[in-house]
Amino acid sequence: MSANDNLSRAEAADIRIEGVNLSYGKTHVLKDVSLAIEPGEFFAFLGPSGCGKTTLLRLIAGFNVAQTGSVRIGGAEVADLPPWKRDVGMVFQSYALWPHMSVARNVAFGLEERHLPRDEIVRRVDEALELVELKHLRDRKPSQLSGGQQQRVALARTIAVRPKVLLLDEPLSNLDAKMRVQVRSELRELQSRLGITTIFVTHDQEEANSICDRVAVFNDGAIQQVGTPIELYDRPANLFVANFLGTANILDGKAAGAGEARRFEVAGGGHFVIPADAPVEDGARLVFRPQDAMIGLPAGEGPAGAVVTREFLGATMRYVVRIGDGDIMIDVPHRAGAAQFQPGDRVGVTLDPARAMFLAR
Amino acid sequence: MAGATGMSVLSAARVAQPGTAMMGHWLAIAGITGFLGLFLVIPVAMVILVAFQDPSTGAVTLVNFADFLRNDLFLRAFRNSFYVSIMSVVWASIFALPLAYFTTRFEFRGAAIVQTLGVIPLIMPPFAGAVAMQLIFGRNGSINLLLGDWFDINIPFMEGLNGVIFVQSVHYFPFILINLTASLRNIDRAMEEAAQNLGCSGFRLFRRIVFPLAMPGFVAGASLVFIKVFDDLATPLLLNVKDMLAPQAYLRITSVGLKDPTGYVISVVLIVFSVLSLFVASLATRGQDYATVQRGGGGLAKRRMNPAQAVLAYAVIGLILLLVLAPHLGLGLLSLATIWSYSPLPDGYTLDHYARVLGESWQFISNTLLYASLAGLIDVVLGTAIAYLVLRTKIAGRHWLDYMASAALAVPGVVLGIGYLRAYYGVSLPSGQSVTSFWFIIVIALAVRRLPYALRACMAAMQQVSVSLEEAAENLGATKARTIRRIVVPLMTGGIVAGFVTSFATAAVELSATMMLVQNTSDAPLAYGLYVFMQSPAGRGAGAALGMIAVLIVGLSTYLSTVLAERDRAAKAGAAT
Repeated sequence: MSANDNLSRAEAADIRIEGVNLSYGKTHVLKDVSLAIEPGEFFAFLGPSGCGKTTLLRLIAGFNVAQTGSVRIGGAEVADLPPWKRDVGMVFQSYALWPHMSVARNVAFGLEERHLPRDEIVRRVDEALELVELKHLRDRKPSQLSGGQQQRVALARTIAVRPKVLLLDEPLSNLDAKMRVQVRSELRELQSRLGITTIFVTHDQEEANSICDRVAVFNDGAIQQVGTPIELYDRPANLFVANFLGTANILDGKAAGAGEARRFEVAGGGHFVIPADAPVEDGARLVFRPQDAMIGLPAGEGPAGAVVTREFLGATMRYVVRIGDGDIMIDVPHRAGAAQFQPGDRVGVTLDPARAMFLAR
Repeated sequence: MAGATGMSVLSAARVAQPGTAMMGHWLAIAGITGFLGLFLVIPVAMVILVAFQDPSTGAVTLVNFADFLRNDLFLRAFRNSFYVSIMSVVWASIFALPLAYFTTRFEFRGAAIVQTLGVIPLIMPPFAGAVAMQLIFGRNGSINLLLGDWFDINIPFMEGLNGVIFVQSVHYFPFILINLTASLRNIDRAMEEAAQNLGCSGFRLFRRIVFPLAMPGFVAGASLVFIKVFDDLATPLLLNVKDMLAPQAYLRITSVGLKDPTGYVISVVLIVFSVLSLFVASLATRGQDYATVQRGGGGLAKRRMNPAQAVLAYAVIGLILLLVLAPHLGLGLLSLATIWSYSPLPDGYTLDHYARVLGESWQFISNTLLYASLAGLIDVVLGTAIAYLVLRTKIAGRHWLDYMASAALAVPGVVLGIGYLRAYYGVSLPSGQSVTSFWFIIVIALAVRRLPYALRACMAAMQQVSVSLEEAAENLGATKARTIRRIVVPLMTGGIVAGFVTSFATAAVELSATMMLVQNTSDAPLAYGLYVFMQSPAGRGAGAALGMIAVLIVGLSTYLSTVLAERDRAAKAGAAT
């Protein structure tokens, strides 16, 4: 365990990004991005491809230059430093292991660049390789390793230099599905053991949700929302976040009435009862998760509609019901022998008013 | 023979039932093996055997090699060949390195010029440029006359071995340029960034990461240059340098006779060095895939040049461009010159030389077109058949077809020529003519020499045709034969055309094997005619005109193949989207 204690001695640093704008010609890639990442945090940049998340990561590492804004790591401004002076560890998506060097030489590289004494280098290479459990492969060439092993060598190479922060660029994307689940829990464990501030770039919400403390959701060069995975899921700030994290029903319509009679009238017919104080902006749409509504025989408060299709997902049955002009999904927990509806059946939908969200964009 | 092979391939492609399909495969294999056995394996084996045989008794012996090592002339020839090859690699690297570095490292307009410049020298036979280079860089050439007038100095660019080195390095530097550029372009940008991320920059970054990763491309190009120069016969002969290995082999066989063992010993030395440098090249390129571009960005990060760097870059490129174009310029001038001697520029200009070669020497051109087309045709038929057998059948030992065809790479032209003479000189056609004096033997030699290149093109083309495309056709009821005809061959067209043009263009200017096999001038191709013309000062103008025509033929066909390849790619891309 002493090996790990040594590596974790590096002090965790915070990252402060303020007012960053970056363009390639006419393409505005990062639009006034500001972000605060706390020391020791495991932070995710989440978003579809082309949203700017990797651009921001590379900006922190020094491979991109912003037109405006500042990047501070551990209180020190780094915007004017070249990549090799930043002491920021990055694990590349392609791993970028140098094929002409053995595993041990790859891991030793950064230590050699820091001109550490010979025996210190040997010791720290061993430590790093022990940490990723690859010490026995130290003399192999990268091409002789499996994808998962290459990934761990890339990680060892980066943490061997004890960087201030650790940047992971889609580190799981080149692994098969089974390895991905295993490696991501290993990553989480390693990160909490080292206590190093870590940014994890991914387009996979499940990856971000399962291992990260907080997530920044990116779209179109701007941060849409920052929060814990649960906050993002339960209280999305806009339609993009609602849609990108999990499944959401989105219905057009408008609020009407007041007090007890306040309701959301769905475009094309039908209405849901909503709390009297629910803030509904002009043009806002009704948003809720499939598991927050229920279906039954048509009766009472909620709107009625016909079952369009249904999908059996194992734990739940997902019904698609036509309400007004839109189709909504409703997940019903499945139990053996439970009553079911068939496509074409007319059903009534009830929504827990507390679960209704209204998002304008 | 070649016709028979072609037929068996077609019959393999036309059969329907699996049983007969197998028959077709075996017929194709028999045809290919027979052709390569007769015209590659047996002649080369014969040459090697004779080198180890006592000339009078026929017993196995090393005495011929001992004689070789005792003979000062041969040892000098060996040293000279080695020295010239190494120095050509050095100078070719000096030309290629800055160009490769500029184009891959910086964003600037010169990149396109450098690309073009990279192919220009290759479309001219090196020996054609040799005479023109004499006139420009020789002791009494334009440059030295001017230097003499202005500064009273004379630089021996073209004296003896210098001339060979100069001509060869100017001609072959594109091999290094192309390989090195490709290898620099293929380095995953993350390789460089990972090093920067770990604290490495500047020259250390170049030395520790960029250079080692680009090394395979450089070594591959350099060993190619080495072997081309080491094997070349025509350039030294034209520059009147006789004490090198290939010229010695040629001279011994042609002057002393087929029985003299020295030519064979030299041949073995040439083969050994060819195999060695191919081996070095394959070692260098092995495992290179790993470093090549993966997801997330390709090539080194490009930088903008500051004005001073830009001026320097353009100056270097301009100088190299001038050097590289010098042979073409000189040859063009010479082909139009009335008299060009002891003066920086010709005395007057005329079209007579072209009239002469197009008139009385037309047979050189028509022979070349015929021979090169036939050789190209044989190569793509064999290449497609071998590619199909290797990639699409499970016949045991099929890879040996590939190995056998590719082995021709390691056989210098002189050696192949000597092998044909040795193996088939005594064999007569029904007409009583010796096989080795029949013009078709030249076509066969050209086909064998160019087969490895055509085969690579066909293999690559077939690898791009996904097996599932064929399976889809078979699933819809097409037989194996109809699938090949309607799906495989149409999709391979681009590759087949590329293979044909490569074979055609390089066969059109090949001289080393041809020189051993041409028995009379009426059967001679253009390259040989050029060589004959260049022997006498009076023939130089005509020789240059012939050279320009060769440049034209090769240039046009190269251009045509690029256009066709581009169109083919566009058509396929259109179909895919």
